[in-house]
Amino acid sequence: MNSSIAASRATREPAAVAAAVRGVRIFLLEAHTEFLRLVRAPSFSVPTIAFPLLFYVMFGVLLGPAHPLPESARSALASFLVLGTIAAGLFALGVTLATDRGRGLLELKRALPMPRGTYLAAKMAMAMVFAAVMSLLLMVFAAVAAGVVLTLMRWSLMLMLAVLGVIPFCAIGLLVGSVCKDTAAPAVLNLIYLPMSFLSGLWVPLPLLPRPLAQLAPLWPSWHLAQIAQVVVGSGAQSGIAVHVLVLAGMAAGCFMAARRALARPR
Amino acid sequence: MPSTDEIPAASLTGVLKRFGEQVALDHLTLGIRAGEVTALLGPNGAGKSTTISLLLGLIPPEAGEVRVLGERAGERAVRRRTGVMLQRAALPDTLRVGELLRLVRGYYPSPRPLVEVAELAGIAAQLRTPYGALSGGQQRRVQFALAICGNPQLLFLDEPTTGLDVEARESLWAVVRELTARGCAILLTTHHLEEAEALAQRVAVIVRGRVVSEGTVDEIRSTGVRRRIRCVSELGLEEVRTWPGVTGVTRDARWLDIESSAAEPVVLRLLAADPALSELEVRRTGLAEAFVRLTREAA
Repeated sequence: MNSSIAASRATREPAAVAAAVRGVRIFLLEAHTEFLRLVRAPSFSVPTIAFPLLFYVMFGVLLGPAHPLPESARSALASFLVLGTIAAGLFALGVTLATDRGRGLLELKRALPMPRGTYLAAKMAMAMVFAAVMSLLLMVFAAVAAGVVLTLMRWSLMLMLAVLGVIPFCAIGLLVGSVCKDTAAPAVLNLIYLPMSFLSGLWVPLPLLPRPLAQLAPLWPSWHLAQIAQVVVGSGAQSGIAVHVLVLAGMAAGCFMAARRALARPR
Repeated sequence: MPSTDEIPAASLTGVLKRFGEQVALDHLTLGIRAGEVTALLGPNGAGKSTTISLLLGLIPPEAGEVRVLGERAGERAVRRRTGVMLQRAALPDTLRVGELLRLVRGYYPSPRPLVEVAELAGIAAQLRTPYGALSGGQQRRVQFALAICGNPQLLFLDEPTTGLDVEARESLWAVVRELTARGCAILLTTHHLEEAEALAQRVAVIVRGRVVSEGTVDEIRSTGVRRRIRCVSELGLEEVRTWPGVTGVTRDARWLDIESSAAEPVVLRLLAADPALSELEVRRTGLAEAFVRLTREAA
């Protein structure tokens, strides 16, 4: 009898392994397809990859002589890296999800034998890939053209910040994509992206904004990510970092749950 | 051993589904058998797409039971044996046909070879073309290819030939016949009654969420079987209408159109009453007329 139990376990385990391998293969295929889709959509790749670089050149390098301190060059790098991270998260999920919902592709995907969760996991993974590519380009540019000097440790932390920092913005994008019409989603996302990054001091330092606006900054997730980024480049106060991480994690969880409910609701 | 006739590949039993106040399916019961094409006919808003959504597990029933391939609708084990072509599913424009096929084939445990699927669907020459650059008919063929690429045991085709030219439609029909010959169960919704006539072994007519008639194409066609008699004649409508066996008369210029439950006595009387009568033709009413009559009676 023991041997038959052992035998059934032995047949079950390879089956479980095969299922897991199949799941990973489907995820990779889905992620690769999502990558092709995003890379071929200039409305996504330009704001995510080109804009942060362009803004960094304009504000961080060409205006560089106005603030020649190495600290301000580092600070500008942190700001524009956060800007690119926000765009990657918001647009990678928000626009494609709203499009897929609006055009009936999401319904088809639900009817197909794709494991549940693969669809969103692939989109998140691609947001991370785009955030990584954007941050690497920005960092190479900062080191070569703007003369930013950081330790290898800090460079690596910057990369990690972009890759993980994209998650709360994926959650916001997911929520927008699951409630907005496909035609409205890009506008809504831009209405979140541009004012939020401005009010978080990513374009213009906060002290230059009117005081009441500057005081609202802790409301925006982008401000919290920017505070962490400043610490990573060595120009911020380390003390509040746990709070910033907690706020971002909480916002991400809230948006994920709200999006889940919105997506489960029958249309 | 029970025959495949007795075990439906998919079934709805007493299914109730409402959207707000509106009743979409009113205790609907329907079975789909292996190795057969079941055509679901009905006017717009009759509940055809809702029926498919329930069978795919996309929406739950409020009451009643939906069983698919022996399991609950929407289970992944079921989805792996099911192919689907929805009426409205725009695929991403920037992806190439080959990339789409590779992706969807990848979801299934034992898919058909990619080249074979592309050839069956008539898109072998378009594998490198972006989906958005295809014509409407070609896009429909790609959607069909995605539906059959997983070697399904159960296939849902929602208005599959909308936008296809005659040749493409014929080749799609040929693939459908090949699949049923292999034992695949197919549920087809269509507005083209000749499509149901050409493909379906069974037809279910639904009106306002209820099955008003179900059977083979011949059975449906012969519900209250009628003959249509057409001839050139000067006879008055009022006169002909009173004859026994005549259920309806209309005039179209010189032509007289008579609908009748029994053609022979009416024809005899016609010839006697009008010696100048010409161009006489008698034919059996088709599925189209039966469909119109059934939906009118139920409405």
